[in-house]
Amino acid sequence: MSEAAPASSAPAETKVLLEIEGLDAFYGKAQVLDDVNFRMGHGSVAIVGRNGMGKTTLCNAIMGITPPTATGSIRFAGEELVGGHSYRIARRGIGYVPQGRRLFPSLSVDEHLKIASRGAAEADGEAWTRGRVYELFPRLAERKRNGGAQLSGGEQQMLAIGRALVTNPRLLVMDEPSEGLAPAIIENMVETFQQLERDGLAILLIEQNLGVATALAERQLIMVAGTIAAETTANALSSDPELQRRYLGVEPLAH
Amino acid sequence: MTENEHSVGDGLRSVPHTDSLVGDGAQSVPHTGSAPTLRLRGVGRRFGGLLAVRDVDLDVAQGERRAVLGPNGAGKTTLFNLICGDMPVSSGTIELYGEDVTRSPARTRVKLGLARTYQQSRHLLGLTVEDSIYLSIVGVEGGRMRPVILGRDSERRERAREAANRVAIEHKLHERVGDLSHGEHRQVAIAMALAAKPRMLMLDEPASGLSRGERVLLTELLLGLDPAITLILIEHDMDIALRVAQSVTMMHDGRVIVEGTPDEIRANQTVHDLYLGRHE
Repeated sequence: MSEAAPASSAPAETKVLLEIEGLDAFYGKAQVLDDVNFRMGHGSVAIVGRNGMGKTTLCNAIMGITPPTATGSIRFAGEELVGGHSYRIARRGIGYVPQGRRLFPSLSVDEHLKIASRGAAEADGEAWTRGRVYELFPRLAERKRNGGAQLSGGEQQMLAIGRALVTNPRLLVMDEPSEGLAPAIIENMVETFQQLERDGLAILLIEQNLGVATALAERQLIMVAGTIAAETTANALSSDPELQRRYLGVEPLAH
Repeated sequence: MTENEHSVGDGLRSVPHTDSLVGDGAQSVPHTGSAPTLRLRGVGRRFGGLLAVRDVDLDVAQGERRAVLGPNGAGKTTLFNLICGDMPVSSGTIELYGEDVTRSPARTRVKLGLARTYQQSRHLLGLTVEDSIYLSIVGVEGGRMRPVILGRDSERRERAREAANRVAIEHKLHERVGDLSHGEHRQVAIAMALAAKPRMLMLDEPASGLSRGERVLLTELLLGLDPAITLILIEHDMDIALRVAQSVTMMHDGRVIVEGTPDEIRANQTVHDLYLGRHE
């Protein structure tokens, strides 16, 4: 899979899409993000790290979801996002696949996609339609009229991804998109996102499945205790067990 | 709990290792030795017009490690819900440790020694990690909440901490569960299931939401599980599922379509077409 990784992030360097500077985030008094800094262009970026390091909080801060309370700067295509409303941030062209799917139990698959596409941004390339989502996830087409509560976990995940895509995002923020998906579906999804990236979609990916993270993003940012502790490449991370142990590993006390 | 007399190998014989894996996998096979700890016959579940689970026969022997695989929407979690009593069957019977529990509520099955985790963890967010795990022990053993002070209580506290240690969440023992991340919730859920000292442990996608290192730890934990404990596992991470399982049940469209050993499953074309893709 890694052969098909994004060819190069060189052109991306020239045009910054997302720029985060000195970002802190708090839940009440508890500080979860501590001086996060990075910028990305159109090449995909994966953020990896152990549980509880602040990865989801970073996504929520970008999307303007509160809590947390964020301070510092998040600029998207030059515009400041910190302090902005979620719906406005989404309409600027950031799609979000949140952890835990967050669907409406009483709305059908089709209704979810219809509602999400209402505020859709103008597409740079081929616009996302419900039909295109159903092509990507044929299983969803079979469940078109089923309510969110009747879907299996994996089907909910497909719908959460589809719902983000029909907004025609320029940047797609995905918090563990592979969670709960069967291996063949993950394979299909990775190929689709590789294609979308070649077509110009930027992807910021939080992912615990290292195979997926390294297949989709050349740049790997490692998050430790609320900050970006290191940056490495997909190749370096997947081929270096020591690096994996140091940043993604667990040291059980009872040994 | 007494030591299981039957070796793990004995348990495996209860799985039909037929040459034609597809189609007849769900047929019952006469059991040698003790009755299966879990026996399903003709189990079905209907949601309106949708048959989520249909005509499932399943035998799981004591101490067996069984993986349930299948595409998204195949009915795996619904099958778990039926076995645990979280929802009633529409048809068929379920026996647990020789007892017909088809109409029994979930709590009866828990008392028989069944513990499970959920895909979306269910927690009391105001409790600390240690209290959550402790309460899962009290819930199974104590029957009712009351201030228990003496030795037994501190032994349970110790077991709660030990379970936290095994899933590598011991550094957050005194934090509120509501303050933890999604992945950490899943770690706590596994600790709660383990601490209750179940005879049968059912895990619904335990590795999802865990980092690489946490998955390694989970794999070791499952491989090192007391051989007397029966394990039934839904898991999409094949590195874990096919390594931990001795036998695999593959579901599709609510039915059991293939049963076999991990090697047989890996070699099965239908499984690749429907589920694994090109995964090795």
